[in-house]
Order: sequence, then structure tokens, then C-alpha cells
Amino acid sequence: MTASHVVMASSVAGQAATTLLGVIEAVGGFVAILFIVFYVAGRATGRLQKPIALIICLVPALFLVALGLVIPAITTINNSLTNQQFLGQQKIKYIGLKNYVYAFTDPATQQTILRTVLWLLIVPVVSVGVGLLVALLVDRMKHPSAAKTMVFLPTAISFVGASVIWRYVYDYKDPSLPQTGLLSQVVIALGWRNPPNWMLTAPLNTFLMMVILIWIQAGFSMVVLGAALKAIPEEVIESARMDGASGWRLFRTIQVPMIRGTLVVVLTTVMITTLKVFDIVFTMTNGNFSTDILARRMFSDMFVTSQVGRGSALAVILFIAVVPLVFYNVRVLRREREIR
Amino acid sequence: MTTVTTSTDVAKPLHGAEAVKAVRRRFSTPMASFFAVLIGLLWTIPTLGLFINSFRSKQDAATTGWWMFFVHPTFSLDGYNQVLTGSGGMLIPLVNSLAITIPATIIPIFIASMAGYAIAWLPFRGSDVIFFGIFALQVVPLQMALVPLQQYYVHGLQIAGVTILPSPHINGTLAQIWLSHTMFSLPLAVFLLHNFIAQLPNSVMEAARIDGASHLRIFRSIVLPLSMPAIASFSIFQFLWVWNDLLVAKVFGGSDPTMQPVTARMQSLVGNYGAHAELLAPAGFVTIVVPLIVFLALQRYFVRGLLAGSVKG
Repeated sequence: MTASHVVMASSVAGQAATTLLGVIEAVGGFVAILFIVFYVAGRATGRLQKPIALIICLVPALFLVALGLVIPAITTINNSLTNQQFLGQQKIKYIGLKNYVYAFTDPATQQTILRTVLWLLIVPVVSVGVGLLVALLVDRMKHPSAAKTMVFLPTAISFVGASVIWRYVYDYKDPSLPQTGLLSQVVIALGWRNPPNWMLTAPLNTFLMMVILIWIQAGFSMVVLGAALKAIPEEVIESARMDGASGWRLFRTIQVPMIRGTLVVVLTTVMITTLKVFDIVFTMTNGNFSTDILARRMFSDMFVTSQVGRGSALAVILFIAVVPLVFYNVRVLRREREIR
Repeated sequence: MTTVTTSTDVAKPLHGAEAVKAVRRRFSTPMASFFAVLIGLLWTIPTLGLFINSFRSKQDAATTGWWMFFVHPTFSLDGYNQVLTGSGGMLIPLVNSLAITIPATIIPIFIASMAGYAIAWLPFRGSDVIFFGIFALQVVPLQMALVPLQQYYVHGLQIAGVTILPSPHINGTLAQIWLSHTMFSLPLAVFLLHNFIAQLPNSVMEAARIDGASHLRIFRSIVLPLSMPAIASFSIFQFLWVWNDLLVAKVFGGSDPTMQPVTARMQSLVGNYGAHAELLAPAGFVTIVVPLIVFLALQRYFVRGLLAGSVKG
């Protein structure tokens, strides 16, 4: 090892140590403050005891939620009505709903919104379909854990990590050279002589990126739906089978109706994730080659091209799209619980 | 699946556990197993490709597909060596990811379990409203909070030009990322932990109260230890969430490479088209290995958290 290597290595180690020390300090400090507050407040007795405990326990959460979510959400709605371009800009003018009109009339943004709708229609349905299929299959296996883990594993992988993984699937090389991308290799082996450059070819690239999200979300669907299938009383299945229902009919007339609530919840949950994910498109194409979606466009409006007003309008559109999904979710869940 | 439909021996009725076993046996068809394993393999191949490529020499990984490893196996640790040493590598981001994730998991646990306890066991007028309010905030996408929160970190909280809260002066530090993740996690955390804490047996609480324990003492010595299953589930959920997050890290970590977690570092490596192409595979594996280990080791708790979050509500 040369001298410069040693210096570099030691500076890296020093930096790492400083960072980790900072973490220990912060967590230790936080716990110590809690401990002191608890100790001091614990000396209070009598009528004041409950109000003090209530304040200590509840105020931090309320304060952080107000500061981090409630006030910012209101500010963003406010920002979406202005022509604000960068942080701390002076002389902000209110321009009414112009940012929203822009979002729905500007051709590029219009395309982006339509593409997002396409993601919303395809990804949840296919994820839930695959998840349900695997859940049904492993339900009939003697040793299901290996297959389950294999499908579930991508759930733990970040969207960025998944994008890197799938780059080795979608990699493009001239057909005359040895291939490095698995997809090209497979289609060439199947007889397609000149496969396209997958990530540059619209609209194919959008669908190929949807596959990445489906790959991640299928495991989640499988686990939740699998649990719901298990929760169907064995007697129900048993008596249905006595009546001669089996295979597809058993699935359609007994299993699906009995897990309908869970199906809807999983579907809407995946929908909400799909609406918010920007990492995949951001990492794979950065929204180029006709692949942009709402969440990525919003990020670049806010932090890259300094169009805070327009970005905020997109965030509000995202919010308005999420609200009915969540409320529907909650309603289904509450009805399910009443039945039980 | 034609093998399932032949049902001759179902005519003889079975009961109880015997019947359950019979149903299971009839359902466990070789076809189902075959397709399940097939899908499992299909789901694993992309990750396997990255894993294999991360151990091949630069030259091989750049010019041939990872499957050629099975024809001409070559093995090299150069990629990992380069990725893990040197100041531009993944080592500092790896440390940063830990440094971001640990506080951003521990702090919300305390704050949320305290709030859950207060709502569940210290009833007061309006506690229902507060609980529902926090729960309903799950609707707010964190995207809505990014710009105003950044403004708060820099300029403090101002309403109509009047400074209500001064800036916390944590701009450019990891504390900014911890605080943001803590805020964003609270609606789910309070909801999950409250539901668990509310179901702790009343008799235990009563007994402690009769023994003269104060509310805060009950929280510290009874509620917290008894809530460990729920805390474990939430921790794994939050750990994976924060570790895998890119958006919050990008927005509040800025472009400073010494503050980047692995996800942000990885994203900029990919962005530099071709510049470090040979490092993508080992760097990618370094990015995903910690969550994979956590996931595989604690899958049971993770599943419980998932189910609590989505099925039981």
C-alpha cells in the first residue's frame, strides 16, 4: 500500500468514526433527555400528575406532526397558487389556478399525467395477480417457505437497488457483440435478431420499468393475500369440496369472495405506492425518452428546475389522488372488522 | 389443474384435524409446487445476476453476460476492493446509511409509543379526535412536506412574514434527515403502537396503579417492555424504509457526497453514464446487502408488521 493510500484510508476511517460518534451522541442525548424529563416529572404527585404525564407523552408527537406534516401541507397548497420559483423568493404573486391549468394543458405534463395513470392501471393489477397466484400455489405446497422467500425477497430491496439489478437485464449491446443484458440474450436465443435498445424505445421502456415495480410489489401482495387465504376456515373449504367444488370453481366461488376486502386493500395500497415512487424512473432514465411520471416530474420541478409553484401543484394533485384511495381502504377495513 | 378435480375418495367424510390434513394433502399437487418454484426462480434471477457480476473481473463483466460465469468462471474481488476503499467509494455512504437509519428508527419508537400510551391509557376530552387526526395524516404524501420543511430548516417557520419558530440550525447535518424521517413516520407509528398498547390487559395497569406507580413509571416499566413485539415489527419496517429511501436523503442531504447514504450514492453512480460502469455491480450489492440480511433474519417480525399495517388496519 502506498503512502497516499494509507492517508486516504485513515481519513476515511476518521470520518466514519466521527459520523458514528455523532450518532451515539445524538441517540444517547435523546434518551438521556427523556430519562431526565421522566425523572423530574415523576416527582409530581396528586392532581397534577396526570396532566403532566399527558403533556410529556403527547406534546412531542403533536408538535412534530404539526411542524412536519400539517403546516407544510397547508404551505404547499398555498405555494401551488403562486408563481414562486425558488426558495425564499421575494414578491411572490398569487396566480390562482394557473399552475393546475398548466399541468393539465401543457402537452409534456399532460403526457406525464397520462403515463402515471397507465402505471396506476397496470402495476397494482398485475402485482396483485401475481401475488395471488403465488399465494394460491404455495398454499398447496408441502414446503412453501423457499418459494415464498424467493418471491418476497425483493420487498427488502430499495427501488434504486432494484434499478441497478434490472440494468443487467435491460442492458443493450449491438447484436453482433456478446450480450450483457439478459433480456436481449433471451430474445436473441428465441430468434429476434435485432432487439431494440430497451430503455430508449418508447413506449416499451415504460412497461419494462413497470416490471421492476411489479417485481418488488408482488411479494407484498403474496404475503398479505396468503395470510387472508389461510384465515378462511378449513370447514368452509372442506364443505365446499364435499359439494364438489374444486380448482377454479373453488377459487372463484369461495376463496375470492372471502378475501375480497383484503384484495381491495392490497390493490389500493399498491396503487398508493405506485403513485409516489419516483426512484425507478429517476434512476433508469431520469424521465427522458418519454418515460416521465408525476412523482419524478414533481421532484425535478421542486429541486432541479426551480418551479416550486408548479411542483407544488403536482404534489397537491398527488394528494387529491391518494385521498379517496385511503378513505376507501379505511372503509373496507372497518366493514371487515364489523363482520368478524 | 386437472389433477385436483379427480375426487373419488372425498366421498368418505372426515372430521377435525384429520380432515384438515386430508384437504392439505389433496391440495399439495406437484404441479402447484412446480409453478411456485418456477416463479420463485424467475423472481431470483435478476438479483442472482447482479450478485454474480459483482464477483467477476471488470473485463469480463463489461464484455460478456453474467451467465457466462457458468461457462468460464472467473473470480475477482477487485470491484469490492475499489468500492469499499478510497474516499469516493461506498464505505462512507455505508456508514452514513447506518448513521441515518439508527436514530431515525429509535427516536420515533419512543415518541410514538409515548403518544400511543397517552391516547390509550390517559383518557382526556378530545383524545379520540387527536388519535383520528394523527391517523388521518397518513393521507398526506411526504412529497407535500418537502419544500416547506426545507424552508423551515433554513429560515425557520414564518407565517405572514413573522418568525414563529427560529431555524433549528441543523442545516447541512444528518440531524435534518433524522428529524424529517421521524416526522414522516409518526402517523403510522402512533397508529400501530397505539393499537397494540390499547390492548394490553387492564388488570396489569390497575395492579401497578394500586401499588402507587405513577403514569410515567407505568409507561417506562410496564408498557414499554410489554410492547416489544409491536416495537420490533415497527422497527424493522422503519429500518428498511429509511435505509431504502432516496427521496428524503436527496432533498435534505443535498448534493454533499460526504452525507450521502448508499441509495443516493448509488443513484449518482448510475447517473454518471458509463463513468464507473464496472463498479455498478459490487456497489449495487453493497447497497442491498444490509436490508437483505435484516429481512432474512427477522422476516417473521416484518411480516407481522406488514399484516398489522394492512390487514388488521
